[in-house]
Amino acid sequence: MRTAAKLRLRNGLLFISPWLLGFALFVVYPVGATFYYSFCDYDVLSHPVWLGLQNYRDMLTDTVLWQALGNTLLYAAVSLPLGLALSLGLALLLNQPIVLRPLFRTIFFLPSLVPAVALAMLWLWMFNGQFGLLNIALETFGIKGPIWLGDPAWTKPALVIMSLWGVGGGMIITLAALQEVPRELYESAEIDGARARHKLWHITLPMISPVLYFNLIMGLIGVMQIFAQPYIMFGGNGGPSRSALFYAVYLYENAFTYNDMGYACAMAWILFLIILGLTLIATRATRRHIYYAGKAK
Amino acid sequence: MKIRPLNALLLHVVVLLAGVAFAFPLAWMVLTALKPLEQTMTLPPVWLPHRLYLPDTDPPVEARQVGRFERPMVRIERDDTGETEWVPREYVSGGELRVISSTGEETARFVHVLEEIDASPEAPWYRLRAIHPDGSLGEERLLPADQVTRRISLRWDNFILALRAMRMFPRYLANTVVLCLLTVCGTVISCALVAYGFSRIDWPGRDRLFILALATMMIPFPVVMVPLYGLFRWLGWIGSLKPLWVGAWFAPPFYVFLLRQFFLTIPAALADAARIDGCNEFAIFRRVLLPLVKPALLVVALFQFMATWNDFLGPLIFLTDQRDFTLALGLQYFQSQHGGTEWHYLMAASTVVILPVIVLFFFTQRTFIEGISMTGLKE
Repeated sequence: MRTAAKLRLRNGLLFISPWLLGFALFVVYPVGATFYYSFCDYDVLSHPVWLGLQNYRDMLTDTVLWQALGNTLLYAAVSLPLGLALSLGLALLLNQPIVLRPLFRTIFFLPSLVPAVALAMLWLWMFNGQFGLLNIALETFGIKGPIWLGDPAWTKPALVIMSLWGVGGGMIITLAALQEVPRELYESAEIDGARARHKLWHITLPMISPVLYFNLIMGLIGVMQIFAQPYIMFGGNGGPSRSALFYAVYLYENAFTYNDMGYACAMAWILFLIILGLTLIATRATRRHIYYAGKAK
Repeated sequence: MKIRPLNALLLHVVVLLAGVAFAFPLAWMVLTALKPLEQTMTLPPVWLPHRLYLPDTDPPVEARQVGRFERPMVRIERDDTGETEWVPREYVSGGELRVISSTGEETARFVHVLEEIDASPEAPWYRLRAIHPDGSLGEERLLPADQVTRRISLRWDNFILALRAMRMFPRYLANTVVLCLLTVCGTVISCALVAYGFSRIDWPGRDRLFILALATMMIPFPVVMVPLYGLFRWLGWIGSLKPLWVGAWFAPPFYVFLLRQFFLTIPAALADAARIDGCNEFAIFRRVLLPLVKPALLVVALFQFMATWNDFLGPLIFLTDQRDFTLALGLQYFQSQHGGTEWHYLMAASTVVILPVIVLFFFTQRTFIEGISMTGLKE
């Protein structure tokens, strides 16, 4: 029997060996190296020179970095809740008896498939201050639209609107969860005289809470790393008054434009810690409200 | 579920409005892609691409619109130089043209009025030039909009012209397709193996290691970016496609997670039967399991295809020569060269980048939606 256990261990490790190798090469080595470089002056071309905590100290006084971090947190604080609410709202809508439901599901979902670069191109055009569709639409309601991408006050709202257009993925996940909620729960609630909003609050939302939590965490990890759209639309310097300079964009600039890779590595570690911290806070804050069916908690 | 008629109506109004809002950007992109340049930048907007024809010609001669007037205009001849031009009527009074320069200086010139028209935003006049068979343009003519014949006409050749303007489009496309093939094959093969090891074989420490694999998904790309760049540089791979596909052969954890979810639903009895028949583990994987999980493999292949097709940061960092660019990077490069004016070409090129993704989605819709739904299901 002991040989059978040994054989299983050997086979198991053999099967997962691609991941083990990848883990060593693409996770352990680079994460460790980034940590080391974050204490060094490093430009890839020459050997890293030990600096101690200098990179981290520089970060404290780097006003551009603080602006980028502020932009990123502000953007996240607005786009994440709005995105979650919209994906939930659309999913709830599609869970109702609606004519042409598959068509609407497709219409809501398709934008989330659009590649980031094409997305940026499309919205550069949509947000064009003079001929963009958005301002033309606003004009029909008698509203004079801003110049969006040219106005520091409107660059981040523009990016939020773009992100809302792409909530289709989260919507599909939520919709799938909604369809898993057992019908009997609603039926027995109806017998007890529950109204629609009671059913939503006391049955639907608790039952799909694991998926809402999943969307929250995935959204959080993604939103803190936003790069492609602002980089393509505003370039590496972050557009008017650096209003669209995000953390990952500034990190990229430091690494590949200024060749200050040590500093970029320090920034990367701080980003990692921020994401971990926010994930922890989000988990703590929501833990009591998440209901896992079949698991007594 | 029963629903009151009024609520049902309200529901449909909301879903319809949301649907229009979500559909409009893509529709606007495609419409812009099918317009000639002069119809992209007009106010009010041109909704449907069209061609204009002069009214008094037989057969109708096509004309290009080179401008439009929306307020009363006069054509004047300057007394000093003899030049003629169209100016708003309010600038001319008593044989004098008053022009206020950007510095606020007012100058007056003696002119005399040759003709005038009564254009308004509701009844604009078009400035048109006939398009001759050889492509050259005729004399400018001025016609009230309602006299000009307009026929809807989609400029499909914009696509060809836009791709030609991208110059290396065939290279971009070839690079992207090669990358997609390599990453899809790598991911499907390696992740199937690893997911099998993490779900169908029982060995000590397996689940703890799997949690570790899942946890690595939280690591932001910037944290590994610089050392990977250094590693690939040391290997001499910067400026080649290798950094963009090699990683896929080492089982990205997200896809392992998806496949494992699927593998766990297959009853163990099948494998046990094969084991009793003396099959080794790899044969069970290959002959028993893989045929049963084809839909899951397809989901992983689709997701990886999309990820590679859409990736921007990877190519931006690792590719240096324009000949190696992917479509995503090529499109961005094109925009940086031609952006800001040639919106019709930019939208045509963007449409070309989006189209394969959408076509693929339509052919695999059911699998795709199921796959996405699966990502949200935790154990």
